[in-house]
Amino acid sequence: MMPSIRRLPRTLRFFAAVLFCGISAGASAERASIVIQSTTSTANSGLYDYLLPLFEESHDIKVNVVAVGTGQAIRNAMRGDGDILLVHAESDEKQFVADGWGVERFDLMFNDFVLVGPAADPAGLQRADSVSEALKRISLSGVFFASRGDDSGTHKKELALWRSAGIDPSGASGDWYRETGSGMGATLNVAVGMNAYCLTDRATWISFANKQGLKVLYEDDPPLFNQYGITLVDPKKHPHVNVKAGQAFVDWMTGEAGQTAIAGFRRSGQQLFFPNASP
Amino acid sequence: MQELSSSFAIALSLIGTLDADLFEIVGLSLRVSLSAVGLSLLIGLPVGAAIAIGRFPGRFSLIVISNSLMGMPPVVVGLLVYLALSRAGPFGVLGLLYTPTAMVIAQTLLITPIIIALARQTIEDLNSEYAEYFASLAIGSGHRVVTLLWEGRYSLLTVGLAGFGRAISEVGAVMIVGGNIDHLTRVMTTAIALETSKGDLELAMALGIILMLLALAVNVLLFFIRPTERFGKNSAPASY
Repeated sequence: MMPSIRRLPRTLRFFAAVLFCGISAGASAERASIVIQSTTSTANSGLYDYLLPLFEESHDIKVNVVAVGTGQAIRNAMRGDGDILLVHAESDEKQFVADGWGVERFDLMFNDFVLVGPAADPAGLQRADSVSEALKRISLSGVFFASRGDDSGTHKKELALWRSAGIDPSGASGDWYRETGSGMGATLNVAVGMNAYCLTDRATWISFANKQGLKVLYEDDPPLFNQYGITLVDPKKHPHVNVKAGQAFVDWMTGEAGQTAIAGFRRSGQQLFFPNASP
Repeated sequence: MQELSSSFAIALSLIGTLDADLFEIVGLSLRVSLSAVGLSLLIGLPVGAAIAIGRFPGRFSLIVISNSLMGMPPVVVGLLVYLALSRAGPFGVLGLLYTPTAMVIAQTLLITPIIIALARQTIEDLNSEYAEYFASLAIGSGHRVVTLLWEGRYSLLTVGLAGFGRAISEVGAVMIVGGNIDHLTRVMTTAIALETSKGDLELAMALGIILMLLALAVNVLLFFIRPTERFGKNSAPASY
C-alpha cells in the first residue's frame, strides 16, 4: 500500500467538517414564522425594515419577506409558498380570494404612481392635462418608455393606462417601447441609462438612489391611485399556512398600531404610504 | 468611474466597522457555498472517478451529459428546485423552500456536473499515467479509485475551487429558492442584486468588491495548505 493512502482520514475529516457546515446552515429557529409574498415597492422602499421590528416587538413571530412582482407573488401564494399576500392589484387580489386561495382581502394603504422621465421632458409631459394625454405625447414623440413588462402590479397598471388612452404600445416593443421584464428598481436603472420615461410607484421613486437626470414629470391624477391590499392565504387550500401567526399579522397591520406605524414611515422627510384600512 | 473609488471606501468602512449585517451575509454565503462544494465533491469525485476508469455501456453518454450540464444556467436550476420544494411540488411537505438548505441543494445540483466532468478528465489522465504501475501490482478498481483520488488531490482541489467559484458567484438559483429574505436567506449576490434595484449602485459595487476579496481569501488559504513538496502528476511512485 502506498504511504499516502494511510493519510486519507485527514481528507475525510475535512469533508466531515464541510458537511457539518451544511447541517448547521439547515438548522432553523423554532419560533413561529410566516412568509409574506410581497410586491417589491414595500420592500425596496424600506417599509418592512421599519414596520417588522415594531411588529416583532409585541409578537413572538418572525416575519420573512419574499419580495417579487405582484404577479409572481400571487402565483407563489397559490402554490402555498407564503402565509400572507401583500400586493397592489385589487382586481387580481379579489379574484385570488374568489377562487378560494385567500381568506379575505383587506385594504391596507395607498400611495400613487408617477411618470418620471428626462428632466428636459422632450415629449412635453408637463403640459399634459391627463395621464392619457401624457402617454399619447410619449407615443407620438417616440422617446423611449421603459416598461416593467413583468406582470407586476405596476405593469398591470401601466397597461390599463395605455388601454384607457387608446394606445397599444406592444407594436412598438423593442422600438421606443422597451419592456425590461425586471423589477421596479432595475427598470428605473434602465430608464436612467436610456433617458426614458417610466411609470413608477412614488415610494420606490423617492427611495431610489440612482435618479441622475430623471425627475417626476406627471403626477397627482386620480387614475394614478395605487391601492395596496393584504390577504391571509386560505388554510383550506394549504393546510400548512400558519393561520394564528398570519392572522395576528393581518390584524396588526390593519389595526391601529400597524396603521399608525405605516403613517409614521418616512424617507427623505416624505410619507410614502397612507394607511386606509377600514376600522 | 468615480463611483468605484467611493465603492472601495464603502467596502473598507463596512469591513473596518465589522458591520454585523455584512458579516451575517458573508457567513451565510460561505456556509451555503462551502456546503454545496463539500456535497458536490462527495458525489462528484467517486462518480467522476468511476466514469474515468470504468468501461461500461453508456459511459460516453454520461461524459457528454456531465460536460453539457456544466453550462446549466443557475436560474434554471433554481426554477427546478423551486418547483420541487414548493408546497405544491413533490417535496413541498418538507417545508424547505426559502431556507439555507434549499440554497445548498440548488448550488449542489448546479456544481456537481462541474465536479464530475473536471474530476473525470483529471483522473482519466492520471489513470493512463499510472496504467503500468497498476497493472504490475494487479490492484483492484476500488483501490485504484482511492489511489487516483489521493494522487490527484491537488488537481482536484482546483476542481473544487472551480465549483466554489461557480457557487459563490451565482445569483439566479439562490434568489428563487432562497427568496433573498433578510436575516434568513440573504447572501452576497442577492444583496448585490437588491442594492442595485434600490439604485444604490455604490453600495452594490462595495458588496461586489467584498465578494471578490472573499473569493481571493479562500483561494489564498487553500494555496497555503498545499505542502511545498509536490505529489501528483510529477511524482511517480518509487517502484515505478
